[in-house]
Amino acid sequence: MRGFLRADGRKGIRNVLVVAYLVECAHHVAREIVAPYREQGVQLIGFPGCYPNAYAVRMLKRLCTHPNVGGALLVSLGCEGFDKRGLQKTIEESTRPVASLTIQETGGTRKTVQAGRAWVAEQLASLAALTPVPMEPNELVVGTICGGSDGTSGLTANPAMGGAFDLLIAKHAACIFEETGELVGCEAHMATRAITPALGREIIHSVVKAVRYYRTLGHGSFAVGNAEGGLTTLEEKSLGAYAKSGASPISGLLKPGDVPPRGGLYLLDMIPDGDVRFGFPNINDNVEIADLISCGAHVILFSTGRGSVVGSAIAPVIKVCANPETYRRMEDDMDVDAGRILEGRATVDEVGREIYELVLAVAGGQRTKSEVLGHQEFILTYKSFQPVGPACLPVT
Amino acid sequence: MDQRKDPSHDRPTDRRLMTLAPEDNVCVSCTHLPADTTLVVDGAPLIVSQAVNLGHKIARRAIAPGETIVKCGVPIGSATAPIAAGEHVHLHNMKSDYIPTYTLDDEPGYVGGRGV
Repeated sequence: MRGFLRADGRKGIRNVLVVAYLVECAHHVAREIVAPYREQGVQLIGFPGCYPNAYAVRMLKRLCTHPNVGGALLVSLGCEGFDKRGLQKTIEESTRPVASLTIQETGGTRKTVQAGRAWVAEQLASLAALTPVPMEPNELVVGTICGGSDGTSGLTANPAMGGAFDLLIAKHAACIFEETGELVGCEAHMATRAITPALGREIIHSVVKAVRYYRTLGHGSFAVGNAEGGLTTLEEKSLGAYAKSGASPISGLLKPGDVPPRGGLYLLDMIPDGDVRFGFPNINDNVEIADLISCGAHVILFSTGRGSVVGSAIAPVIKVCANPETYRRMEDDMDVDAGRILEGRATVDEVGREIYELVLAVAGGQRTKSEVLGHQEFILTYKSFQPVGPACLPVT
Repeated sequence: MDQRKDPSHDRPTDRRLMTLAPEDNVCVSCTHLPADTTLVVDGAPLIVSQAVNLGHKIARRAIAPGETIVKCGVPIGSATAPIAAGEHVHLHNMKSDYIPTYTLDDEPGYVGGRGV
């Protein structure tokens, strides 16, 4: 493995340049800046809202200074509420190259696209000059998510990814599982795995909060395709999702933007705090992926039964296909065929080790299927959070 | 018949099914099962009356209304109707004990439904 050393001591497994729009009105201009460089590691991220949101600012600060990111270009319309000076200052303090373009001041679409592309071209040369340094598994942060789950997800891909987590944690990597709204019914068991009783109580509280949130909204984190795939209830889906966490003790509870202070297993609580506001907290899988990446995840393990094709900006996504029929239909999009377990062609442990080795290979530069196909999905929506309590993080 | 020993007990269960924990009252189909397939479950023959897709659940034994559905040793909801051994267990005969499951049939204004 090798990584790109950043000023804060973290290392990146990719060295991308992000172009971030700070309101939807700047989205097209930012996309046009990226277009000619899409194959050269220039990626589009951003926030569509015009009105200020502390979570969105924290997210873009974390994402623009993520270890996989080598520099950032900010694209503003000019009249939006986003704290662009604060964001630029954070990126400058991280010693990354950063520039900001305001469309209204630069003189419109054409001139801003031109100026943006000129800056990107200049930075790409200096990014390419950065020499990677050796990197160890204990410097890795790995996130996991399931999307397009069916009745096979919890039998094959999720337990195999849990096995990979256990192998990574044995090497002192930090591993993050997520979506308390998809762990409904598992809270009591999770609490018994917490390294302190106080953390166990925080974990139960986070699931109770998720149930309240989803009840208010009218339905849980359960899509029509989940039922077609044989899952009947949210707690059944949870049971399968929970298998992603493996068997290691739970070291901490994070919220978006919290970086694990050391190796171990962490639960990411991505359900907003306080009154139910802004609608659904996780409107799709990429919202959850962005939250995982904001916690410093270098790479994402994504299990799918129905067959999701998404990737992500910033961090490579490894697609683990749970369902053997889906794998045969969508092999071009899938990195791992975990459905072999269902057909007796492999064991959970064997697929777990395969995923573990693939994580190290991808961290070493091997491209995932979704990376090769150009998937760079990104979405950021309104949320609001209180900081985690003192019992949530392990003492380093 | 291609059979394997289920880890939970000595009586064989058809390879096309998976029982995840000994206390489970449902098992999971590992393949598409056409209607009227005969399977051996816990050593006894059992007829799957409806077609059941990969990943879906089948009752291992008769389940009474209100009884907890157990999969992987964990409650995943409760029965809303009498369920016969070998019957498909899904939205038509069980429900969540936490948050109702939303399907396309629940769209406001939808007329029809499954008659449940």
